[in-house]
Amino acid sequence: MKKDSRARIGVYVCHCGGNISEVVDVEEVVGFAGKQPGVILSKNHTHMCSDIGQQLIIDDIEEHDLDKVVVAACSPQFQGETFMRVLETAGLSPYVVQMANIREQCAWPHFDTPELATKKAKELVNAAIAKVRFSEPLEKKTMPIGKRVLVIGGGIAGIQASLDLGDAGFEIYLVEKEPSIGGHMAQLSRTFPTEDCSACILSPKMADVQSNPNINLLTYSEVENVEGYLGNFKVKVTKKPRYVDMDKCVACGDCEEVCPVDIPDEFEEGLTTHTAIYTPFGFAVPHRNLIDPEACINLQRDINSCGNCIEVCKEDAINFNDKPEEIEFTVDTIIVATGYDIFNPSEKKVYGYDKFKNVITALEMERMIVKAAEGNPIRDPGKRIGFIQCVGSRDEQVGREYCSRVCCMYATKLASLLKHSKPERDIYVFYTDLRAFGKGFEEYYKRAQNMGVKFIRGRVAEVMEDSGSNKVILKAEDTLTRQIIEAEFDTVVLSVGMGLSKSTDKIAEMLRLAKSEDGFLKEAHPKFKPVDTNREGIFLAGTVQGPKDIPDTVAQASAAASRAVRLMNQREYPIEPIVAFVHEEQCDGCELCIDSCPLNAISISAEVAEVNEALCRGCGSCVASCPRDALDLHMYTNKQLLEEIKNALEGKEEGETRILVVADDTCTYRLADSVGTAKLSYTTDSIIIRVPSGSRITPKLMLAAFKLGADGIFIGECEDRTSPFPHSGQVIRENITKVREILKEEGIKPERLRFVQFVTIMLKGFVDNVNGLVNYAREAGAISPEKREKLVENVNKRLFGEEYD
Amino acid sequence: MKVSYYPGCTLKTKARNFETSALAVAEKLGIELIELSRWNCCGTVFSLTDDDLIHHVAPIRNLIRVQEMNKNGLVENDHRLVTLCSMCYNTLKRANIRVKEKPDDLKKINDFMYLEEDYKGNVEVIHFLELIKDIGFEKIKENVTNPFKGLKIAPYYGCMLLRPKEVGIDDPEEPVIQEELIFALGAEVIDNPYKKVCCGSYQTIRDKQVVSNLAYDILTHAQNAGAEAISLSCPLCAFNLDSRQKEIKEKHSDFTRIPVFYFTQLMAIGFGLNEDYYGFDLNYVNPEPLLKEKNLIGRNNAK
Amino acid sequence: MIKKLKLSDKNVDFLKKIEELSGEVITRCDQCGICSASCPMVSEMDITPSQLMRMVQLGESEVMESKAMWLCASCFTCTVRCPRGLDLSKVAEALRQVELRQAIDHIDVKKLSKDEMKRLPQIALISGMRKFTG
Ligand SMILES: Cc1cc2nc3c(=O)[nH]c(=O)nc-3n(C[C@H](O)[C@H](O)[C@H](O)COP(=O)(O)OP(=O)(O)OC[C@H]3O[C@@H](n4cnc5c(N)ncnc54)[C@H](O)[C@@H]3O)c2cc1C
Ligand code: SF4
Ligand code: SF4
Repeated sequence: MKKDSRARIGVYVCHCGGNISEVVDVEEVVGFAGKQPGVILSKNHTHMCSDIGQQLIIDDIEEHDLDKVVVAACSPQFQGETFMRVLETAGLSPYVVQMANIREQCAWPHFDTPELATKKAKELVNAAIAKVRFSEPLEKKTMPIGKRVLVIGGGIAGIQASLDLGDAGFEIYLVEKEPSIGGHMAQLSRTFPTEDCSACILSPKMADVQSNPNINLLTYSEVENVEGYLGNFKVKVTKKPRYVDMDKCVACGDCEEVCPVDIPDEFEEGLTTHTAIYTPFGFAVPHRNLIDPEACINLQRDINSCGNCIEVCKEDAINFNDKPEEIEFTVDTIIVATGYDIFNPSEKKVYGYDKFKNVITALEMERMIVKAAEGNPIRDPGKRIGFIQCVGSRDEQVGREYCSRVCCMYATKLASLLKHSKPERDIYVFYTDLRAFGKGFEEYYKRAQNMGVKFIRGRVAEVMEDSGSNKVILKAEDTLTRQIIEAEFDTVVLSVGMGLSKSTDKIAEMLRLAKSEDGFLKEAHPKFKPVDTNREGIFLAGTVQGPKDIPDTVAQASAAASRAVRLMNQREYPIEPIVAFVHEEQCDGCELCIDSCPLNAISISAEVAEVNEALCRGCGSCVASCPRDALDLHMYTNKQLLEEIKNALEGKEEGETRILVVADDTCTYRLADSVGTAKLSYTTDSIIIRVPSGSRITPKLMLAAFKLGADGIFIGECEDRTSPFPHSGQVIRENITKVREILKEEGIKPERLRFVQFVTIMLKGFVDNVNGLVNYAREAGAISPEKREKLVENVNKRLFGEEYD
Repeated sequence: MKVSYYPGCTLKTKARNFETSALAVAEKLGIELIELSRWNCCGTVFSLTDDDLIHHVAPIRNLIRVQEMNKNGLVENDHRLVTLCSMCYNTLKRANIRVKEKPDDLKKINDFMYLEEDYKGNVEVIHFLELIKDIGFEKIKENVTNPFKGLKIAPYYGCMLLRPKEVGIDDPEEPVIQEELIFALGAEVIDNPYKKVCCGSYQTIRDKQVVSNLAYDILTHAQNAGAEAISLSCPLCAFNLDSRQKEIKEKHSDFTRIPVFYFTQLMAIGFGLNEDYYGFDLNYVNPEPLLKEKNLIGRNNAK
Repeated sequence: MIKKLKLSDKNVDFLKKIEELSGEVITRCDQCGICSASCPMVSEMDITPSQLMRMVQLGESEVMESKAMWLCASCFTCTVRCPRGLDLSKVAEALRQVELRQAIDHIDVKKLSKDEMKRLPQIALISGMRKFTG
């Protein structure tokens, strides 16, 4: 028996109350384990997870001076943390325990072949022993985290998130690019389905933002740069010059009386004008004047061209020398709430928005209704009004396939309001599908029908104008009666959809946030992490993540706030031990690794690579990029994986076939567990190697595995869209291509190396794939030892080129 | 500049006036349209069923001729093929796109025409209007000696210049290329939504009433918007909108006939070219009275 | 009289055939009616273009008896507007081809009057023959 002086390993084999012992011969496994190098003792127990089982380990560690432990029992997904705690209690590093999954991945799926199952259990234990032998006694690491939050965007999403966090005692920087907060909600008339007045419910919240001592409100400001990571984001913000001193201005409006310039009022969607010196709107926060530098004569020409405002301002607030101001601060978490832009209807030329005066957007109609209610009607929309639904939504012709989710209801709302103010109005809504899914929406829709609003199921094909009367002619099919409608309307309202706001692009790029196919920012998981992003400590709130109404926006904003609190309230947060590290003595600073990390966690300092542990998420895809094997991953080191693979294959006998199933922790490993739980059987000629991501298995490890006796390798990974490492699929494909090339060169069938992306419900797919590869390998026949040996010759040269020989 | 040019059947017969005026106008602009040698009918319509490759053989053979033109030095390393007829343009261009997108189809078609050299997929089918746009409307303006002052012209596009999108020479819903040309010629542009409505196309041989109903809508909409003449680029549209005015008049006695021009005829007039190039004998509605009234012909100003 | 629609395997086969010939995924049609309201020929048709799509979706081979597909002028107006990116003109062509490939012509050029024959340009004759004869 070989002796290993470095490790004193204890092995514990669990019966799992019969779950394991009814199939696997536990005694035999215990006996086998006891003979392995470094194993000091080998025991069994009916329930290792029970208090008694746990105490057994603690006592043995003390008594026998164990420094590594293997527990052969259920899945580590299930009891992994229990045994880590046990080791901590016993005063060891929690990271020197290894579980051999002999329940989900042995006893259960191989219940019908007990002898083979026992053999496989020994292989699994043997592999675990090898892996634990080279495990590092890492310490639990933590990072400090404070209570500062950057909220970008001051629409209702940003407002809600800031108030929640401010009230909870966190320190908020709320950055809004416009001169006032409020976003789109400030422009709306009333809100469906309750018809509360939008300004009335929003303005108190805006005022709260201003008075909340924990919120630093930075309006008319833009985020220029963000660097760093959770707990340490360094932020640079530029405040644009307002040319009016906010501390002095009382917004009396005297200046507006004398300003000679009129420009379209953006808040009013260009339906009215304001002067070059203006307040954003009646209930703006902050409610102070400012000067539009593009419009002001003084700022455009020379400083003495006008100056009317200076003369009348009693507070001496006007300052034409105002300059942009740079502000820098550090925050711990970030919430992105930069909202949406409405679809630009000029892109949909058939609807004639640019050509016809009486074709307007729904947002313009919102303002017309508000203005009319305030007693300053802009113009009467007339008697017959038509709404065109899905403008810039659900339309491949403009490249937007998604539903904007709010337009059906806001059209219903606008129609109801118009009908309510003048019941004689004749209102039609042209739709394809009427989506009234929310709470109270169906009832609201019915109410509109009760009021006499007519809903026509047909999408408008074309809009024309009667040049004499300026009436608008719509063409559509009433698909329910198959009649073509060609009728005149006084006003046609385009129910424009939502798209990601253009101003978000810069932010997304700066923060390296991912986008989903619809162009909105992508959440980390569509079900369970709907407000997290691919970056730790950065969250999404509101329409920046996808079209939604105000209730959903507010809910999401509060969710984002609570997710941020979850991190910040810990004061320090544990960092996963699975991070990349550098064997400095092997690194020559060649920089090949820099681009391999999608999170930019690797940099070069003093001519050696350095990993930023706060940024690294531990996928391990960088490891393959280093020709000198200087990069490595804690918990899954090259040495550990190599030894694990070696021992896993040690039990293979003459004439037998063995494949390795490299299973990513998030999807494939869990999938294999589910297959076991469902007692779906598959061949015992396979053995699972657990990795954080399939991209951790480097081409060198793959080749080594073939050399050590593998007849096939099967890599399972999450689908890109559900993976915590969306880039990994690509990396794996690249790695595989290289290895297949070498296999081919040595006359080994490249199909022995396979890759499948799984979702965790593909139980049968897993079984078929594993059986499929084993059958394939069996039929392809044994690989000769000479061929195996040749695979690892000149491997650096073959993978990286001449200069790395 | 020498460019290969594809006339198509109708331009040699019923639409000779389109060709004559176009060749003259091109020459004035310094473009030599070199007729494709050994061209054959393009098939007039692009075959829309997925499995029907045989009908793409004819258009592709014409594209092979462009390769030959280059080889024989008739044009100098210029793989553009200029068309005038909108239908030929559409059929050739779409067939070209199909074989470029589906190399398997190209291979089959090449194999089928084993006596020809292979089509390599490097020809670019363009419409004469695109060539004009490339040259620039400024250049057009410079050549105008006989500006259409006060004449109100409605451009008509029909289908084949605009649709489907991948073939269209302009925005399918808001085209402007003819507008810019007519404006450059000094005429007043009359816009109306019917400019992109189909004239009924080949339905004209099956049911002339259906087609003349459509033509009536298209023409009266233009007239109501103030048009005194129509400009277009397709011999089939020309037939349906011009010649079918006979049927329109039979049904609607109050209908006023309106002259229909090929855009190249308008250019020839505007450039003050010899009246022999106008070819009004082939127009159904004689445009001469209108042109005389506007003092655009008969002033002996032809050069 | 209201017809009863039976859904049998024949219906599925008919849909499949038309999908294959046209190369379009007809079940994607949303029945929004944009095609119908865009069609220059719709006022002459017995069923609207969207109805034609519906009948093919459900595999109603009675659609073959309709006039609509013969009235389609391949103007591609629906093609550039369909929000589902479908090309209805291809579906109409597929339906025509089902009949034309059985050598059932939909026009008899010999019946055209002498005067018509003299007036018609080649382009009209050739394209018409391409669309209406097998
Ligand atoms: C016509 C219409 C009617 C509607 N009616 C209703 C209704 O009745 N009921 C309902 O529930 N919903 C309605 N909605 C939907 C509603 O508008 C949204 O749900 C809500 O406004 C979304 O808020 P938000 O904060 O996510 O986005 P936004 O309101 O767009 O706010 C985003 C904010 O971020 C700021 N910003 C953007 N980029 C940056 C940047 N780079 N830096 C700093 N700041 C930035 C913007 O200036 C803006 O203030 C309607 C929508 C429309 C179009
Ligand atoms: S919410 Fe209604 S109108 Fe808006 S995109 Fe969806 S279906 Fe169309
Ligand atoms: S336009 Fe497209 S989706 Fe709409 S009914 Fe016609 S074919 Fe169907």
